[in-house]
Amino acid sequence: MTRVAELPAGVADKVLLAQSTFRSVMDAMARPGTVQGIPAAAGAPAGVMRGTAAIALTLFDHDTPLWLDPLMSEASDVVKWLKFHTGAPVIADPSICSFALIGDARSLPGLDRFAFGSNEYPDRSTTVILQVESLTQGPTLELRGPGIDGTAVLQAAIQPADLFERLAINATLFPRGIDVVLVADNAIVAIPRTTRLVAKGD
Amino acid sequence: MNAPAYNFAYLDEQTKRMIRRAILKAIAIPGYQVPFASREMPMPYGWGTGGVQVTAAILGPNDVLKVIDQGSDDTTNAISIRKFFAKTAGVATTTATADATVIQTRHRIPEAPLHGGQVLVYQVPIPEPLRFLEPRETETRRMHALGEYGLIHVKLYEDIARFGHIATSYAYPVKVNARYVMDPSPTPKFDNPKMDNCPALQLFGAGREKRIYAIPPHTSVLSLDFEDHPFTRYRFDAPCALCGAEDSYLDEIVTDDRGGRMFVCSDTDYCETRQSSGHRGSENAAPHKERAHG
Amino acid sequence: MYVAVKGGERAIENAHRLLAHERRGDRDVPEVTLAQISEQLSLGVDRVMTEGSLYDRELAALAIKQARGDMIEAIFLIRAFRATLPRFGATEPVDTGQMQVRRRISSTFKDIPGGQILGPTFDYTHRLLDPQLADGFLPEPPATSDTSPVAMPRVTDILGRDGLIEASPRADAVLPVGDLTREPLSFPADRDLRLQNLARADEGFLLALGYSSQRGYGRSHPFAGEIRLGEVEVEFMAEDAGFAVPLGSITLTECQMVNQFKGSATEAPCFTRGYGLAFGQSERKTMSMALVDRSLRARELGEEIIAPAQDEEFVMSHSDNVQATGFVEHLKLPHYVDFQSELGLLRKLRNEFSEAADASSPMQEAAE
Repeated sequence: MTRVAELPAGVADKVLLAQSTFRSVMDAMARPGTVQGIPAAAGAPAGVMRGTAAIALTLFDHDTPLWLDPLMSEASDVVKWLKFHTGAPVIADPSICSFALIGDARSLPGLDRFAFGSNEYPDRSTTVILQVESLTQGPTLELRGPGIDGTAVLQAAIQPADLFERLAINATLFPRGIDVVLVADNAIVAIPRTTRLVAKGD
Repeated sequence: MNAPAYNFAYLDEQTKRMIRRAILKAIAIPGYQVPFASREMPMPYGWGTGGVQVTAAILGPNDVLKVIDQGSDDTTNAISIRKFFAKTAGVATTTATADATVIQTRHRIPEAPLHGGQVLVYQVPIPEPLRFLEPRETETRRMHALGEYGLIHVKLYEDIARFGHIATSYAYPVKVNARYVMDPSPTPKFDNPKMDNCPALQLFGAGREKRIYAIPPHTSVLSLDFEDHPFTRYRFDAPCALCGAEDSYLDEIVTDDRGGRMFVCSDTDYCETRQSSGHRGSENAAPHKERAHG
Repeated sequence: MYVAVKGGERAIENAHRLLAHERRGDRDVPEVTLAQISEQLSLGVDRVMTEGSLYDRELAALAIKQARGDMIEAIFLIRAFRATLPRFGATEPVDTGQMQVRRRISSTFKDIPGGQILGPTFDYTHRLLDPQLADGFLPEPPATSDTSPVAMPRVTDILGRDGLIEASPRADAVLPVGDLTREPLSFPADRDLRLQNLARADEGFLLALGYSSQRGYGRSHPFAGEIRLGEVEVEFMAEDAGFAVPLGSITLTECQMVNQFKGSATEAPCFTRGYGLAFGQSERKTMSMALVDRSLRARELGEEIIAPAQDEEFVMSHSDNVQATGFVEHLKLPHYVDFQSELGLLRKLRNEFSEAADASSPMQEAAE
């Protein structure tokens, strides 16, 4: 069994790192499709990207049940690192989780297995954090919605390839829905439930 | 004795996480009021505790903070809040709208257009636009869930029947992204059009009522109205007596007890900026001077 | 020439200086100490601890001193401090059945195991101002006797043994106890949150609501089953050690009301409960709390909700004096810009009403 002392180090100045990470996530959520950098790296275990680790340290705690895909949940050092640094309870039922961490796109379950919130409390919904290959290279995605002046173009290599088709349920569910944060290393892009795909290129 | 020690920007990290999560959901669901576990702050409820908690949760050491109350940087509560953050977060403060990255406001939106690098944080007393029509939270929550806003239209229409006009002049309800009816906080309706398609992120904090809501940048915000009674702005029809501005919202200053009145910009930074670039009003005043009192 | 008002910062500083000066009062009069407040104004300290939701006599005394005796201001100071404290966990539930009782009365039975103990109470004092207290009065030492070895079961437990009163609701072992200072309140609220809200609620507000229920606004036929005051042990379950560690003892007042019975075709009739608990000696508070707790149980007991004391959204939304005073007093803050907007509208309506063409203040309504 790994002891706490053997786990990768946490972060030096947690307070300021959390603040700047949060601002990046907030800016990403407020401006869907824009790529935001997460400033400092955190000593994350293998399989957890730097951006994912920083988001975890910033937003997860005892009050945020966490669902992990098999890649993450089967890596004991990932689970230990998350539990030790955030205290977030790791749960098996995605329908009541606040956050879902997806390390391997192939294991992204059907979105309807996550929490959509209710019409009375649409905020009680899952934020999916999906690790992807690239947020700067790949096919183009043209997006529209609140936070976007006209349209935004995102060039990204995302698995699953039909992610945006799946996210189309957000249009019919609104105000219920799923919010997604895409992570590629220390870059992030947010796709809140109000964002719509208008065109897809190569 | 248990002498207290405080964190950066006062709030403890757990509280910040909770508020930050609420802010993210608020941005994802424009105009929806996210419940949050508002903390007791070292200033009274009703004096900006919601705005202060939102500001404390987003503020970083590189931010430049501006605080206004009634459009002015120099009203006592604005000074008090600005000092609180200068002390607890050590951030730079400014009165210049253009230089600020975070602007906390009570009752006004600055006259100078906001830009994309800014966050406007509103202090909100009663976040529920339907509250004065239906006091029960259980009921108003249901109405928002169903998007059932007939009640507020009936109220506005009753005004027209009685007064010939919609008799709401501040906290004038808006519809955000064609879905949620939202209270813009008690800003004069003059400011409502500034919320529409605004490049800055707008965050709203109601501490006592424990709600956070948001308008993302470039989001449609429409004031409720009727085809035959369209929304209108109101501004006293006079130039500012200090800077001559004809496009700014005005404070009415009572100058004597014989009906004497003058009108000056409510946004003091806007007024001073204009004066320093040579604009003058009827009072032909020099830029503001310090006058001690109290 | 008009010069805009400036200098708010100096005004604030001067106001704070003047406040400190007024707080001190005549400097020839000795300054009151925290020990004096804690020892001699102890019921005030108890109230500040209860509604401030923090058991610390010294800090409560400091808050009262700093607030110049304004209790709601003192409660606010304690709340604001409490909000910054780190949390290590929740203590084990205190067992008031094991209380070291200093006062214990029941209005439902003439005699009960352990007996009635009058204790330190104003109850049978004649409310005649006592000039002796004005200066240097030294009271007689209190009468003492040996601690009784007889256990003092709670009256509601005695009634419960015969099934005459509903069982005390048991907390769900899986569900955590709610905390309205950590999670936003939503309605309908369960009893744990209602009781927490009432424990922090303004004494005067609960007193008035409890009184209204007695006068027929949602009558609940209350009997003061038992009021007890004394010390209880507080224990904390240390995960590492695997057992509960004693942290010390605190003074509590508990009131258990025995109320109107219920019953149905399937359930034998029995009395119902209302519960009140507060830090220190706070009898008026706990009795009022127990009355309102019982009134707020209307929904779960299948009673018609017809009175303010039964309306949980009304009661819970308005019971907190720190919230209430903040919002009432915020009307002192400037409202120039919204008032100006109202003035503009009102003038316009008046002009139209009078139809006098001669409008002294021309308005412009420009459609956007």
